[in-house]
Amino acid sequence: MNRYPLWKYIVIAVALVVGMLYTLPNFFPEVPAVQISSSKSAVKIDNALLGTIEDTLKSANIAYRGAELDSVGIKVRFNDYDTQLRAKDLLQSKLGDNYIVALNLLSSSPHWLASIGALPMYLGLDLRGGVHFLLQVDMKAALDKAADRYTTDIRSLMREKKIIYSGVGREGSNVVLRFKDSTERSKARFEIEKAFPDLQVREQDAAGGDLRLVAGLSPPAQTRIQESAVQQNITILRNRVNELGVAEPIIQQAGTDRVVVQLPGVQDTARAKDILGRTATLEIRMVNEDPGALEAAIGGSVPFGSDLLTDRNGQPILVQKQVVLTGDRISDAQSGFDPQSGEPAVHVDLDPTGARIFKEVTRDNVGKRMAILLIEKGKSEVITAPVIREEIGGGRVQISGRMSSREANDIALLMRAGALAAPMEIIEERTVGPSLGKENITKGFDSVKYGFVVLAVFICAYYMLMGVISTIALVINLMLLIAILSMLQATLTLPGMAAIALTLGMAIDANVLINERIREELRWGSTPHAAIQAGYERAWGTILDSNVTTMIAGIALFAFGTGPVKGFAVVHVLGILTSMFSAVFISRGIVALIYGGRRKLERISIGQVWQPASKATVPAKS
Amino acid sequence: MEFFRISRDIPFMRHALVFNVISLLTFIAAIVFLSVKGLNLGVDFRGGTVIEVNYGHAVDFGRLRTALDKLGLGTEASAQSFGASDTALIRLPLQQGVSSAQLSDRVMKALKADDPAATQRRVEFVGPQVGKELYQNGALALLLVSFGIVIYLALRFEWRFAVAAIVANLHDVVIILGFFAFFHWEFSLPVLAAVLAVLGYSVNESVVIADRIRENFRKMRKATVTHVIDSAITSTLSRTIITHGCTLLMVLSIFFFGGESLHYFSLALAIGICFGIYSSALVMASLVMWLGVSREDLVRPDRNRGVAGDKILP
Repeated sequence: MNRYPLWKYIVIAVALVVGMLYTLPNFFPEVPAVQISSSKSAVKIDNALLGTIEDTLKSANIAYRGAELDSVGIKVRFNDYDTQLRAKDLLQSKLGDNYIVALNLLSSSPHWLASIGALPMYLGLDLRGGVHFLLQVDMKAALDKAADRYTTDIRSLMREKKIIYSGVGREGSNVVLRFKDSTERSKARFEIEKAFPDLQVREQDAAGGDLRLVAGLSPPAQTRIQESAVQQNITILRNRVNELGVAEPIIQQAGTDRVVVQLPGVQDTARAKDILGRTATLEIRMVNEDPGALEAAIGGSVPFGSDLLTDRNGQPILVQKQVVLTGDRISDAQSGFDPQSGEPAVHVDLDPTGARIFKEVTRDNVGKRMAILLIEKGKSEVITAPVIREEIGGGRVQISGRMSSREANDIALLMRAGALAAPMEIIEERTVGPSLGKENITKGFDSVKYGFVVLAVFICAYYMLMGVISTIALVINLMLLIAILSMLQATLTLPGMAAIALTLGMAIDANVLINERIREELRWGSTPHAAIQAGYERAWGTILDSNVTTMIAGIALFAFGTGPVKGFAVVHVLGILTSMFSAVFISRGIVALIYGGRRKLERISIGQVWQPASKATVPAKS
Repeated sequence: MEFFRISRDIPFMRHALVFNVISLLTFIAAIVFLSVKGLNLGVDFRGGTVIEVNYGHAVDFGRLRTALDKLGLGTEASAQSFGASDTALIRLPLQQGVSSAQLSDRVMKALKADDPAATQRRVEFVGPQVGKELYQNGALALLLVSFGIVIYLALRFEWRFAVAAIVANLHDVVIILGFFAFFHWEFSLPVLAAVLAVLGYSVNESVVIADRIRENFRKMRKATVTHVIDSAITSTLSRTIITHGCTLLMVLSIFFFGGESLHYFSLALAIGICFGIYSSALVMASLVMWLGVSREDLVRPDRNRGVAGDKILP
C-alpha cells in the first residue's frame, strides 16, 4: 500500500502555502516611485516629514498611490513615469540638499505581504540596468600621503623644540631628516619617538658624513592607515553616490584594497561614471610669488619645494609643494554668488581644525595668492588662485574668480564629496542600459516558459498520469525555487534565469528515474503498489548521489564566481535542493493520494509498459 | 508510449575498445585545437572593453569601423554584429593610461557624432589584474570540483569509479573547450559556468550507471563483469536518453530565446550534454572494466548489513 502518513501531508501543505505566499509578490507589477532618504545622519526622516511630503504633493495636485515610512526612508508610489519625474523635481526643490530624492521602481504588492517579509526577487544589474564598478585603492599612495603629513608635522615639531637640522623630506614612504650634529640628531630622535608612537625611527649614516634619521611607519600603523584609507574612500563614494540620487546603492569593501559600487536602475550611466570616476583630491597650497621664479620655472629650472602647474585657462602658475589644507578638512561646500560682484562663487565650510589652520595661514599671508588644486590621477590642476585680502576666521571661505555657475556647481560638488584618502582606479566596470535589462528579463522568462511547456507536454504524453504528477511536481519545484530566492533576497541575474531553466530540465531527471524504475518493476512482474514502492525507494539513492555531485559543482561556482556567475550558482544549488524535495517527497505524496487508497490496484497510468517477447507469458500490465 | 524496447542487453563492452579509440581521437583533436588555435578568451579573462551599441536600424559596419579607426585605438579594436542586425558589439583591447570610463565615453561620443541614432546598451570593462584573477579562480574552481567529485565517488562507491568518472567527464570538458577553440567561439565567464555545470551534470550520469552496476553485482551473482556492465547500461539507457533529452530541450530553449548573451553559454551546455551521454555510458563504464572492477569491490561493504549472507547461497 502506498499510504502517506498525515505529518508528511502537513509538511507538504505548509511548504505549498509558504511557497505560494513568498512567490506571490513577484506577480505584482512594479510601479514608479520616489524614495526620500536623508543625506546626513543628523537629518531624521519621520512622520512630520511624511506629512510635509503629502501636503506638498496635494497642493501641487500630483496624484500618488500612497506614501509610507520605513527604515530606509519614505517611499511614494505613482501611477506613471511623468508624475514620478514631476514629483521628484518638486520634492527635491522643496526639501533641499539635506535629503536625497531618488527615482525607484517598487513592487505594487499589498502591504500585508511586505509585512511578513514577502518581497519580490532582487534583480541583478543585468536585469534592471545600472552600473557596477570595482575600484582598486592605491595603497602605496595612501602611505605616501601619510608620510607627507608626517613630514609637515615633523618640520613643525623640530621648529617647536628648536632642534637644528639641515633638511627634511619624504623618500618613498619614509621621512628622512638630515643633521650636521649627532647630539641634535639624538634629541630629534627622542622627540619624534615621543610625539609620534606610530613611527619607527632609525639612525643612518650616509656617505659624505651626512647624518640621517629615517622615520618610517610601523607595520601595524601601515595596516591601520590602509584600512582607514579604504573606509574613508567608501564614505566619500557614498557621499558622491548620494549626489546622484540612487535608490538602493551598494558600496562595499571587497578584499583588502577594493571597493565594489553598484548603482541599480541608474538611467544616466555616463553621469554616474563621471561623478564616481572623478578620483580627485583637493589641496590648498600657497602660490610661489618670488620675483622671477615663475619665469625661471618656465625656463626649465623649477625652484626647490615648488611645482609648476597650469590653471584652468592654461596659464602657468608656480605653487609651493607644502600643502596647507587637504579636502578632508572641508565639511560643506555650496555654489552661489559673490554678494559684492555677483560672480558665481563657491562657499566652503571648514571643520574646526581646518578653520584654525586657514585662519593662521590667511593671517600670515595677506596680499599673497593661495591656490586651490584639484588632483586627478596624478595630474594637478589649479582651479583658482585668489588673492587673500584679509584674515579669514570662522571657517567660512568664499572662492570666486573666473568661473561659470556650472563650474561653481561642479567644484562645490567635488569639494562636498570630499577628497579621497588615496586615489582609486576602476579595474572592472559593467554598465547595462535600462532597456537592455528589460529585454533580458523577457528573454530569460521566455527561455523558461517555452522550454517548460514543451517539456511538460512531452512528459505528460510519455508517462501519462505519472507524467502529469511529475509536471505538477516540477511546477511546485519552480514555485518553491522562486519563493526561496525571494525569501533570501538572492540576486537574480540573466544566467540565474538560465539556471532556472536548466534546473527544471535537470530536476525532471529525478522523476524520469522514478518513472523508469516503476516501469521496470512492472515489467519484471511486480504488482502496481510494489512497483511504486520499489520505484521510489530504489531511485532515491541514485537521485541523492547524482545531486550531490551536481551540488559540488554548484558550490564551487558560488565560491569562485563573481557577479552574474554567482547568480547562476545560487539558483543552481537552490534548484537542486528544491527539486529533491518536490520530485521525491511531493510527487510521492500525490501518487499516494491518487493510488494509495485503492486496495486492489490493477494498473498504473504510466504509459505503455513494453514487455520483451521472452516474457510474454506475464500478464500485460500496460 | 515507450521508445526503447530492448529485449536483450546490448553488448556495449564488446566494443569498448572502439569507443575508447573514438574518445581518444576526439580528445587528442580537442587538445590539438586548444594548443594550436587556443581559446578565444573573452573580455572577462583577457581584460579590455566591450561596448554594445544599438542603432535602431541596420548597422553600417563600414562607417562604424571608419569612425572607430579615427580614434586610433589600435588594430585590435573590432566591431561585429551582435544578435540582431541593428546591434553592434565593439571590442577594444586594454589601453595604457586611459581609464575605462574615458575610453567608452570617447567611443560613444565618436559614434554619436557619426550617427546620432547610436545608443549605448552595455559596457563591460575588465582590468588586466581582474581578468587574470577570474582566470585563476576559474581554473581553481574546475580543480576543486574535480577533487570534490573524486572524493565523493570514492567514498560512496569505489576508487575505480571515481577515477573512471572524472576521466570520462574531464574528457567532456576538454572536448567542449576543443569546440570553442576550433570555432573560435568566445570563452566568457558564463561559458565557464556552463562547463562546470556540465561537469557536475555528466558525473550525475556516471553515478546513475555506477549505481546500477553496483546493484547488478548484487542481483546477478553468476554474471560476468562485462555482462553486469552491459546490463546496467542497457537498463538505464531509456532513462539516460529521456533525461538528457529533457535537459537538452531546456538548453535549446535558452539557446533560441535567451538572447545573444546566453548564446555560447547554452551552446557549451548542449555540447556537454550530448558528449555527457556518450562518455558516461561508454567511456566511464569501459574504464571501470579495464581498471578491474570486481564483485567483491562493491558488494563487500554490505557484509555489515547482513546482505552478503545470501551471496553464499546460489
